[in-house]
Amino acid sequence: MKKNLQVLAAITTYVCLMSASVLAEQAQDEQARNKQTVQNAELEKGKNIAFNRRKGNCLACHYIEGGTLMGNTGPGLIAMKQRFPEREKLVAQITDARTNNKNTFMPPFGAHGILTEQEVELVVDWLYTL
Amino acid sequence: MRKIITLTSMLVGFVFLTACSDNSPPTSTEKTRNTEKAKPAVAAKPVNYQGKVDQDIKRFRSFYSNKFPGVELDNFKDGIYAIDEATREQWLEIEEFPPYELSIDEGQEFFEIAFANGKSYADCFDNKGQAIRQNYPYFDNDSNQVITLELAINQCRKTNGETPLSYGQGELVAISAYMANSSRDQKFDIKVPNKAAYKAYMNGKQFFYSKRGQLNFSCADCHLKIAGSNLRADRLSPAIGHPTGMPVYRSAWGELGSIGHRYRECNKNVRAEPLAYQSEAYRNLEYYQTLMSNGLVVNGPSSRK
Ligand code: HEC
Ligand code: HEC
Repeated sequence: MKKNLQVLAAITTYVCLMSASVLAEQAQDEQARNKQTVQNAELEKGKNIAFNRRKGNCLACHYIEGGTLMGNTGPGLIAMKQRFPEREKLVAQITDARTNNKNTFMPPFGAHGILTEQEVELVVDWLYTL
Repeated sequence: MRKIITLTSMLVGFVFLTACSDNSPPTSTEKTRNTEKAKPAVAAKPVNYQGKVDQDIKRFRSFYSNKFPGVELDNFKDGIYAIDEATREQWLEIEEFPPYELSIDEGQEFFEIAFANGKSYADCFDNKGQAIRQNYPYFDNDSNQVITLELAINQCRKTNGETPLSYGQGELVAISAYMANSSRDQKFDIKVPNKAAYKAYMNGKQFFYSKRGQLNFSCADCHLKIAGSNLRADRLSPAIGHPTGMPVYRSAWGELGSIGHRYRECNKNVRAEPLAYQSEAYRNLEYYQTLMSNGLVVNGPSSRK
């Protein structure tokens, strides 16, 4: 009888521990998934800012995958990670392109308040997926 | 907020502008007489303002002929269709039965209606207002300012006791279209007769090369530097030939508009505050732009996509 109880307790403990760890794992998964959706939503925001005619309107001048009616006065925006390993440089290009090329005609999005600092950051996050 | 940042970069002129300050001695007879006593031997050499401007015109043209080597200089009168083979044929077809035809007829009617005092527009203009578009805008020595054709139309009304018409679109533009139509194939022949005229010219030139608006563009960025390229779906016309086809019928407008109407639109597109129709700055800009098109023929009114 005593032995039976001990076994039962052991089993219960085991089951409890197991389910707890499964639960924990599940929770972790969910967290990761949530994080991913949040990240995707942020990236989507960056893309929308870039594509919106009243905001970045980057398509006026740049080829960007997924865009339509694209202009051709600026370079195509591809392989951004490889070409802009330093985030700062990319942020500067969008905040005020004149810091990289004084004769540019790319609008100074940050310096002229066309985009907020936060919007520039969102655009840069998204650019790094290209 | 900081919607309009107009003047920040005005100072960042274009290289051409470095040559714009003019320290030449005064040339009026009075000044010469005053200085005669002190320095009798030094006669002030008259400055050839037209010659200076002609130099500018030459440089301006060679820029475009280098950029678009296949395009005959005379064809720049056709705006974007001078360089856009893809749409040129279609445009030529539209010009056979143009959407502005009715406006020319209306313009003629307006032009011929007598004012209350019995006079009419024909009394205000050389050659009764026929075939004179190519002489506008001109620099008027009496009032010391640039007179555009559209300003002259309203001045004519004022002198004859009529209320002025609104600029941009409508009756006045129809009259201007009729007058342009009667001047087709006449060569633009704008003059810079003196120092004051040269100043107005330089003022227009400075406007053309100055950055403005929140988006920080100059006219020259779009219509010189990247002319022929696409901004989004719009192909940018060369600035040479900008005034020749005016006024233009644009599908987007659904009616004729003056060059001033276009200036305002281009200003708004870069989020700059558009100036008033016929403001001094716009008149000087039109003076500058038309000088750059000297020698091309009048082919207004015309149609644009
Ligand atoms: C009106 C034209 C125009 C617009 C609008 C524009 N750009 Fe540019 N961009 C350029 C030009 C021209 C260059 C070439 C380098 C220079 O002149 O600065 C450039 C360069 C760049 C570069 C550097 C690319 C390289 O290969 O060196 C990046 C990144 C960039 N732009 C991002 C953007 C983003 C993001 C937007 C929108 C938020 C945007 N641009 C809007 C004209 C434009
Ligand atoms: C951001 C680009 C941009 C800027 C800056 C700009 N424009 Fe334009 N402009 C356009 C576009 C696009 C059109 C329509 C297509 C065309 O005809 O070029 C146009 C059309 C015109 C036309 C009509 C041409 C025709 O044949 O109907 C004139 C004239 C003109 N612009 C003058 C100017 C002047 C003067 C300035 C400066 C005050 C200026 N533009 C600034 C983009 C611009």
